[in-house]
Amino acid sequence: MESSASGGTEIQSVPESHPSTRVYVGVAAVLAVITAVEVMVFYIEALRPVIVPALLALSAAKFTLVVGFFMHLKFDSKLFRALFAGPLIVAIAVLLAMLALYGVFTR
Amino acid sequence: MSQSDAASAEMYTSTGLPSRKLLMWTFIGSECMLFGSLLITYLVYRGKSVVGPYPEELLNIPFISVTTFVLLMSSLMMVLALAAVQRGDMKWGKVWLLATALFGSIFLAGQVFEFSHFVHEGLTLRRNLFGGSFFLLTGTHGAHVTVGVVWLLSLFFMALRGRLTRANAETVEIAGLYWHFVDVVWIVLFTVIYLLV
Repeated sequence: MESSASGGTEIQSVPESHPSTRVYVGVAAVLAVITAVEVMVFYIEALRPVIVPALLALSAAKFTLVVGFFMHLKFDSKLFRALFAGPLIVAIAVLLAMLALYGVFTR
Repeated sequence: MSQSDAASAEMYTSTGLPSRKLLMWTFIGSECMLFGSLLITYLVYRGKSVVGPYPEELLNIPFISVTTFVLLMSSLMMVLALAAVQRGDMKWGKVWLLATALFGSIFLAGQVFEFSHFVHEGLTLRRNLFGGSFFLLTGTHGAHVTVGVVWLLSLFFMALRGRLTRANAETVEIAGLYWHFVDVVWIVLFTVIYLLV
């Protein structure tokens, strides 16, 4: 991490440790496979009892891959991570609270 | 303070991080709240429509799976565009930017087709709770995709005129953050709206 002073402000360059093209293509391939698995899970009757946790887990995996690799959050500053994760956690907490309040889990 | 120092001070916050990137992440954080609230509305109203058409009669999983795949692949093209611009390869930078915009447009065309089909089948914003919450949620996402496509095309035309170079790769990175976020939102919507019917 290189740094320089400018007008009393400490300037630091963001780490340029972005993944290679091969990693990007690999991540895209995994995303495509997970999407295909999601659709398969939807159509397989035997998986009906576990469809909700299975699809949520697969969706969360895709979410994490895009945010971590394509948005570079895995490699970028912790402050960016906090700026994203903070509101996301609040949004998920409010969502769960509202669904519980409206009895969505007990339908 | 020299002119370049003044410019640097404008570009970076006191945290040492680029100000525009920090702004984009803050904006994305606020967007999590926006889509979270729309998702709550959709889920609370799910299964409470008293008149049809109902989601299970309308949602076309094979069709939407293809448009979802197209949007996912547009994210790959976006990172390839950024990587090309960062290494100063503007020829491929332009190709990938245009390809990303094209794939985004294909996704939008799919959404327009889907909306038209639903309206033809009798589902409108005011028909039932499903119609109102579905069109509001997916329509807001579609509006975001539209903004993204316009943004990408503007970057493409900037690059064509030689106004987008390796020196302003951060401009492409910020557009990319927005584009990937739009993709991430769709990952959630695809599962919640279409697969967990």
